[in-house]
Amino acid sequence: MSFEEKGTWAYMIVVLVVSGIYFASVLSQVGQVSVDEIKYIRPLITAIIATIVATIAGYIVAAISAPTEADKKDERDKYIHRFGESVGYTALGVMNLLPLGLAMAEFQQFWIANAIFLAGVVAATISSIAKIVAYRRGF
Amino acid sequence: MGKPTKVTNAIRALRFANDEMTQAELADKVGVTRQTIIAIEQGRYSPSLEMAFRIARAFGVPLDEVFRYPESEEKRRTKS
Repeated sequence: MSFEEKGTWAYMIVVLVVSGIYFASVLSQVGQVSVDEIKYIRPLITAIIATIVATIAGYIVAAISAPTEADKKDERDKYIHRFGESVGYTALGVMNLLPLGLAMAEFQQFWIANAIFLAGVVAATISSIAKIVAYRRGF
Repeated sequence: MGKPTKVTNAIRALRFANDEMTQAELADKVGVTRQTIIAIEQGRYSPSLEMAFRIARAFGVPLDEVFRYPESEEKRRTKS
């Protein structure tokens, strides 16, 4: 597995784990208290920062586990990255219809902010899956 | 994505003919990752023209001794 593929796996796993913890902790409060009272801003910012930090840590672990292949990138990695990002961009465009609809229907900020975060999570996951499939099955 | 390439190659045979050159050694000569050499050998990736030339140069042979592209059905019919 190339260094970039390991990084893609690390990013996808981190995104799924961190967002899973975030949504489990925040959405579990829905129904118990009014959504206007749920404190989601700090956990949301923490989740975003944790995703960045943990992904960097994943790359560092990948580099330590195979130092000779660390930071090696070639044209195939670049093409697969571009392909995955274009798939992710399309997914983000489609997913953004959700917060847009919520805003138009005048839902609370809580739902709109979380829908935007969900759109980012889904887009990042689809982008990572597209890259991994391209690495595994061919490109 | 995922479309099987029609380009075939003789990289594996050429590696063995060149003192059993490893995939890692070829990757170093060409300046790519070992995984890219594996993907090309297995027909999972068609290299750019520039990379194809670098691979041919690493073996010291012309490009068409490394990579082949099958003739189209139409051309085959015209010949026969």
